Amino acid sequence: MMKHSVIITPEHVLVDGNPLEHNESGSTMLTDLYRKYIGDYPKFFKMDTLSKLGFIASELLLNIEGNRDFEPREDRAVILFNRNASLQADTHYQSTIQNPDNFFPSPAAFVYTLPNIVTGEIAIRNKYFGETSFIVIENYDEKIIEKNLRLAFQDPITTSIIGGWVDCEDEEHFEAKIFLMEK
Amino acid sequence: MIVCVAHNIISPLGSTTAENYAAVKSGKSALRKYNGLWSLPEPFVASLLDRNAFTDDRYTIDEQIVITSISKALENTDIDVKSSKVLFIISTTKGNVFLLDKRENGFPQERVRLGMMAREVTKHFGNPNEPIVVSNACISGVCAQIEAMRYLENGEYDYVVVCGVDVQSAFIVSGFQSFKALSPEECKPFDANRCGLNLGDAAATIIYTKKDEVSENEWVACRGSIRNDANHISGPSRVGEGSFRALRVALGDLKPEKLALINAHGTATLYNDEMESIAIERAGLAGVPVNSLKGYYGHTMGAAGVLETIISMQAVDDHNILGTRGFDTLGVTHPLDISNQNRATEKRAFIKLLSGFGGCNAALLMEKGGLK
Repeated sequence: MMKHSVIITPEHVLVDGNPLEHNESGSTMLTDLYRKYIGDYPKFFKMDTLSKLGFIASELLLNIEGNRDFEPREDRAVILFNRNASLQADTHYQSTIQNPDNFFPSPAAFVYTLPNIVTGEIAIRNKYFGETSFIVIENYDEKIIEKNLRLAFQDPITTSIIGGWVDCEDEEHFEAKIFLMEK
Repeated sequence: MIVCVAHNIISPLGSTTAENYAAVKSGKSALRKYNGLWSLPEPFVASLLDRNAFTDDRYTIDEQIVITSISKALENTDIDVKSSKVLFIISTTKGNVFLLDKRENGFPQERVRLGMMAREVTKHFGNPNEPIVVSNACISGVCAQIEAMRYLENGEYDYVVVCGVDVQSAFIVSGFQSFKALSPEECKPFDANRCGLNLGDAAATIIYTKKDEVSENEWVACRGSIRNDANHISGPSRVGEGSFRALRVALGDLKPEKLALINAHGTATLYNDEMESIAIERAGLAGVPVNSLKGYYGHTMGAAGVLETIISMQAVDDHNILGTRGFDTLGVTHPLDISNQNRATEKRAFIKLLSGFGGCNAALLMEKGGLK
């Protein structure tokens, strides 16, 4: 069963279908949303755009769910999908190694060159010991996503999933469509 | 039950499963020291395919080894891969990431997207379904097999083709170097003098189907589990939380004495191997023999979970627990039963264990003949 949804694009934010007020658009919008609706998690500023997007979307989703006690739990999974994997972080990291005369690879940039880091960020924030997974498909396809999430309930402990689409092509082009699914 | 019907490994140690297993059994490794390769300022040790052997200019090296590996796995089957009842699942961390390097050319930029790389593969085989790419860091290969098990349990597909692949590049090697995670020599999993991992190229394929009855020689993927440490994005839990929980679910009610071995991740980084020893002990599995295959192949990333599952199936078929190449003196705080020599076993089950960046961990229980 699907409960609650959050949609974020560079132009608008919808929480359970209702527009959420925000001042900025594009790349500064995620920071604006963080300051307005979250604000107690400075690790946010270290994240790449994909992780910021998934983090904000999950925070808005969990705020509607309520009862946020941050108690460790294993019964909630985080399973996200997208088209571009970690392309924005990959492009950034490539720029640090492209020129042999200006070669400065950094672990902080490299770690985000994996799309599943965003699922880890959400698990860390909420103390979720459950399943985390990241799947790439070439086009957004609701049928594939919903089928895949329903199958994830075959796990003997999983009873709910934060799931959906979290995609980021670059700092100005991103889209999150996530929801809470219960067994 | 979800049954393995075919498999293949393409690596620097061979291009069939049999060649690979024979090489590993005899202690061979393709780890070599590279100095100045890809203009990288620091030397590194890795297990690499000969780049000159790939001459098909329609496909990248990743795509070529995936296509070859799947073709070879299909050779002795009558599976019609053009059927909509066959699903392809690709496991990779970085796919064609080398295409981001502006010095590389000859392929459209869109092929850097994992979905486009996977579509090249399904297009090659004439399969009509949208391929699924699992990109869950270093645990991808086990996650892809768990995905396959779930789809097959659901009954929608007759076969799922799982192929794990990664090919090393300046991108990946420099990244691990920046983390100070690479060993300057051949890696030493679980050893007191271990000082980091080596990277490796490979593609490995397993084809699964669902059967009601299995013969005693068929391998069954019994239970898989993915769990997060909820601790740190680039370092494992100090209490092995995610691996412990993944092991607990994968083991289920199976008695530990049924296990021939745990094929650990065993990357030979200080933190990974220590974490695994804690998780294995917490899961009550300290008495089960443990090995790591990284001394033969290096860390093959997206291929590792598939490749190491196949090699472990072959070893158990051969009543053999493979030695951990590079290991000499135990260097983790929790006692594990590890040897650098091959050892005999008559047991018929094993667990494949993996962990990766993003705090993710995965465990998969495989048993010959299925759980009785």
